[in-house]
Parts: sequence; structure tokens; C-alpha cells
Amino acid sequence: MELTGAEIAIRCLQEEGVEYIFGYPGGAVLHIYDALFQQDKVKHVLVRHEQAAVHAADGYARSSEKVGVALVTSGPGITNAVTGIATAYMDSIPLVVISGQVPSFAIGEDAFQEVDAVGITRPCVKHNFLIKDVKDIAPTIKKAFYLAKSGRPGPVLVDIPKDISNQKADFVYPDKVNIRSYNPLGKGDSAQIKLAAQMLLEAKRPMIYAGGGVVLSGASAQLTELVRLLGAPCTNTLMGLGGFPANDKQFVGMPGMHGTYEACMAMQYCDVLIAIGARFDDRVVGNVEHFAQVPRKIIHIDIDPSSIAKRVKVDVPVVGELKPVLEQLLSELHSSKQKPNATDMAAWWKQVDEWRVKGGGLRYKNSDEIIKPQFVIEKLYEITGGDAFVTSDVGQHQMWTAQYYKFNKPRRWINSGGLGTMGFGLPAAMGVQLINPGATVACVTGEGSIQMNIQELSTCKQFHLPIKVLSLNNRYLGMVRQWQEFFHGNRYSESYMDALPDFVKLAEAYGHMGIRIDKPADVEPAIKEAFARKNELVFMDFRTDPTENVFPMVPGGKGLSEVILAEDL
Amino acid sequence: MRHIISLLMENEAGALSRVAGLFSARGYNIESLSVAPTEDPTLSRMTIVTSGSDAIIEQINKQLNKLIDVAAVMDLSEGEHLERELMLVKVRGEGSACDELKRVAQGFHGRVIDESNATCTIELTDTCAKLDEFLQAINPDMILETVRTGASGIGRGERILKL
Repeated sequence: MELTGAEIAIRCLQEEGVEYIFGYPGGAVLHIYDALFQQDKVKHVLVRHEQAAVHAADGYARSSEKVGVALVTSGPGITNAVTGIATAYMDSIPLVVISGQVPSFAIGEDAFQEVDAVGITRPCVKHNFLIKDVKDIAPTIKKAFYLAKSGRPGPVLVDIPKDISNQKADFVYPDKVNIRSYNPLGKGDSAQIKLAAQMLLEAKRPMIYAGGGVVLSGASAQLTELVRLLGAPCTNTLMGLGGFPANDKQFVGMPGMHGTYEACMAMQYCDVLIAIGARFDDRVVGNVEHFAQVPRKIIHIDIDPSSIAKRVKVDVPVVGELKPVLEQLLSELHSSKQKPNATDMAAWWKQVDEWRVKGGGLRYKNSDEIIKPQFVIEKLYEITGGDAFVTSDVGQHQMWTAQYYKFNKPRRWINSGGLGTMGFGLPAAMGVQLINPGATVACVTGEGSIQMNIQELSTCKQFHLPIKVLSLNNRYLGMVRQWQEFFHGNRYSESYMDALPDFVKLAEAYGHMGIRIDKPADVEPAIKEAFARKNELVFMDFRTDPTENVFPMVPGGKGLSEVILAEDL
Repeated sequence: MRHIISLLMENEAGALSRVAGLFSARGYNIESLSVAPTEDPTLSRMTIVTSGSDAIIEQINKQLNKLIDVAAVMDLSEGEHLERELMLVKVRGEGSACDELKRVAQGFHGRVIDESNATCTIELTDTCAKLDEFLQAINPDMILETVRTGASGIGRGERILKL
């Protein structure tokens, strides 16, 4: 049966089992919106800004195992979406973004709302397509979904000119995809895995360093088994939090710039480091030369060969999907006669525990007078039983949430790790809430970040999304202020947020409930009240200590053992 | 160190810009890049001359492989290979100066492909280094234009890059 290109695009989404898409209409996507209107399988969520559409699709994908879908128009529609696309790209999130384009005959003529969408997104997508023939729509969308979720996941853009979406073709959705130039690996090389197993069994001070790949590939169970089997300490990166339970005694906290002292020291002084779906980025290992000064063997498992040996030298690279590779490694370890040496391991843990004591754990000085931001996160953790989906924006509040909310399950911690996109938290929470109806969803933010996508309070009202927004309002761009205090002689250049709105009134103006909390004693009752309101969005404006800093801290360009602890200042 | 990398990619619009964009975005050098369709019109063959440390070259190979449109990558410098570049040089010269130039060109297996009263265009095909040598060997004041294609490379003997 012949359908228009627009109808074909929507049918493709139906075939892919897409329940929700996030978007904003405009001239170049009118045919697609018309096709959307005439069906009810794919539900559309109307955001208030295209950046939010992509973040919402991203939150939807991160909190489920699905591909997120966003739909935007040409020109400003796609340029607004770019920040969202780059955010997903940096964190390897599977998205399909469909953008309208000016009619194919007008491309290149500087037509109204024309922008080279494929060109402008090229550096921040896994792949992208400009469709030139209506017959290509179905196979291209099929490819887009396959590319987005296979191998190292990522966003894929499909740009559809307006005339193409109005032409007709037979609709046939392909069963499978064959891209001859794209063959992601599943299992890892067995000889390399044997080497890795041997190296781990012979290690005196093994350390497990697991990243976002564990969450993305659903390999938490395998990781947990590996940690148990080796008896080694385990650290999760910012992207990997929840991949291994944070309340487990073998968990040493997050590594890196705002990681725990013990995690940083164990990364630095272990003799065998196994990196699993992590990429040794600058926020994790700090100065790579400093890191390389201490000898250690490195095993690196990753789906993306280009992540291996990019910043640090690797002794045993293993390319493959984490889940099957970890299963291979586990069976190799199980079948080996050798077991981890108990004496060595006891000595290693003694050392790690000494670091734990020396670092003093994550700590802050609480106050009866002024709200400490860490206290808010601790209460959030207690009141939600550690079981909420928590999104965040970017800055100090993000680091405090990563430190103080103990994520015990994967896909519960939703944040922009790689790109560090302020304005991510609220729209991401919308996607999380839609795919997890009935779940407790909290968005931890700051008065700076929230204003980058605050218009989404309107979307939340329209779609009845009972998100709980916890804004740690310290009247500063806190992380900027912290760096200015430490590294720029207390010159607080443009980091004070003057003329802030009354967030309670603002929340009310959008039809939600707002609460302002000034005193530490009111923190717990306010959070309890907010979370008791199951069907309402509640905006909590916590007036927190403006001078509070995030510790520990490995300053930029420094090595992992050069960490500054809270008492050092 | 100088490397010559060969790759096969889908002959699709935008494929070239994905490769060029990768080099500029990640700050890699491109000395030259040449590309044209192969005997299979759905595939393009590209030769890239680049330079960098071993770690950079390893990343370049991996990043190229990561591009969805790229079907195969071979670092020709890792083994026996041949490279050739085509150069067209237009010079101004008359009489004995021109004869002398033609003699030098002959020594480089060049040939004259166009002549006018006061100009002469020579075609040469050789390694990039050899072409540089030719330019050194002639009087630079006579050169009006040089046009070079960048190197094309191929493995020797059984070193074959094919799908």
C-alpha cells in the first residue's frame, strides 16, 4: 500500500515499538506531524524548546533500554537540538533524531529555515543521513535504530526534506539491516581474555574500574560477580554509578576529580587495573603523565577500539561487548585452578582501609543555621529509600548527588557526564518519568542550571509529570565560584546569580507547587511533604550555603594522589 | 613519522567530509588526501598522507575505522608499498632555458603535455619526495603553477585492500 513519506516515518516508529517521541513542530515537519495526528500508537510529547526534546528522549533512553526519539523542524529546530545531540553523543546514548529539512529542490538556496543539518551535526552523531528519495525512508530509519543501539551506542540523525515527506511509496519495513562497513564485535578475543584472567589472578593489588559501558550494556550482574570472585575493590565512574552497588563494602566510591581518596589512591597504586567500559578521561585519571609514573598493568575492555590506548598505555586490550566479554572472563576465572591469593588480598584491603581512614570518607560540617547541600542529598537518599531515579544538571549539585546518593542499581543516575550540559536535568527527568510511570523521579539542580530549561515546567504540567525538583540554590554558579576561589584569587567573575526569580511563585505560575526551604530543620519535612504528593510536581527551592565546596578535589592537571581533602584548606 | 593510509569507503555524499572533519576535529595532520571511485562504483578509495607519533597514528586508524561509511583501513606504511603522485608544472621559458628544463624533466621521466610560445607544461608521476626533488632541480623563477594530486598508495605483491 502506498503511503506518504511522513506516514512511512511514523509507521517505522510504530514498527520499532516506540511509545513516546519528544518534539516541536514547524514548517518542514508539518507532513510528519499530520501523520502523527492520524494515529495513536506513537504518543508525542510537546516540549517547549528543542534542546529539551533531545534531553527528554535521552533520559527516556538512559532509564530504560530503549532508543529515545526526538522530532524537530529544520533550521533553528535542529540547531536548538544540537546541544542535546552532543550530550547524548558524549555519553553514548542511543537516540534517533528526525529533523525536517527544507524541500530538496530548495536545499542550497539559503531557503527559509534552512541549515545544513547533516553538516552541523556530523561531529556529534554516531552517523547521520539526508534522505533524498521517499523509498529510502523506511530502510534508513531501520538503519538509524540499528546504528543507535548496536556497538557503542550513540545518536543518529535522519534529515527528511519536506517534499520527500509528502511523496508516496510502498511501505515495507525491512526485517534486518546489513551495513557492510559496520560490524560491531560481540565476544572478545579468547586469547586476550585468558591473558587478562591470568594477570588478574596473579595480581597482588587488583583494582576494578567500571564506567558507563557497564550500565549501557546491562552487565551489572557480571561486574558484581567479577568483583566478588576477585575480592578486589571496585570503583564506578560518574557514568558508571549504580553499575555496582554503592552500599557494598567492596565499593570504594567514585574516582577522579571529586572521587573519594581511597578510590583515587587505589587507582594510582594498584598493580593490575581492569578498566571495564570506562575511558580514562581527564576527569578520572587527571594528569596522564603523573598517572603513568607509577607502574601498573592495565587490562581494558571496551566495545570501541578507539577508547583503548587513547590516553593511557594498555597491556591487555579486549574489544567486545561487555556482557559477553565479562561472561568469557568469568568462565576463564572459574575454570582456572589458581585463585586470588588471600594473603595478598588481605594486605591490599588493609592498605585500602588505611586510605579510607586517612581520607576520612565523604564528609562535610553540618550546621543548624544554614542548609548544607550535602545534607539535602543525604535526606533525599533516606526519604526515597535510595530507590529513586535521580537526574541532575551540571555543577556542584551534580557532584554532591553523585557522592551522597548511594546508587545501588544501574540506570537510576541520569546525568550529563561527558558534555556537562547545564539544563539537562529537568527535561531528562520528563523522559525518565514517562517510561517509568509511577516511579519516584527526582531532579537535583541548581538555580543556574534550572534556568537553562525552566520552560519545561510547562511540559510537565501538560503531561502530568510528578517530578520532584530539588534546587540547591546558593545564589552562585557554585562550581565556577569554587574554581575562582581556588585558582583565581577569589575573583568571582560573573559567577553570582543576581536578580533571581522567586522560584516558588515561578513554579506556581506554571501550575505546580513550590516550597522555599531556608532552615536545616525544614529540609526533611519539606522533602517528605513533596514526595508524599505522588501526583504533583513539587519545586523545592533550598537556600543553601553559598560558600560550600566540593571535596575531595583533584585539581585540573594534577595527579590522582595529589587530591585535596576537606581539612587541607 | 610520515604515514600513508589507504581506505575504502562507501561512495556516498558526505563521506569525504566525514573523513576530513575527523582530522580537523581531532587535530590530526593531513599532508595530502586523494579520493576517487574504484572499479566498484559504490566504493571510493582514499589515500591519506599524515604524520604523528605512534599513538596518534593508532588513534587515526581506529577513528577512521569507527566511521560508519568506512569499510576498510590499511596503514600502508606498516609494510611494503608503492606510492605515486601526479604533478603538473607550468613554466615560463624560451629557447635554451626551456630546452634545459625539458632535459631535466626527461631525467625524471616527465613529459611535455602542452607548449605555447612562452610556456610549457610538464607532467610527472613519481613519489612525493621525487617530485619535490624535481622542483628543487629547476629554476624556481620559471615556475608559473604547480598542481599536485597528493599521493595514491597501494600495497606491494599480496598486500591487498579489497572487500
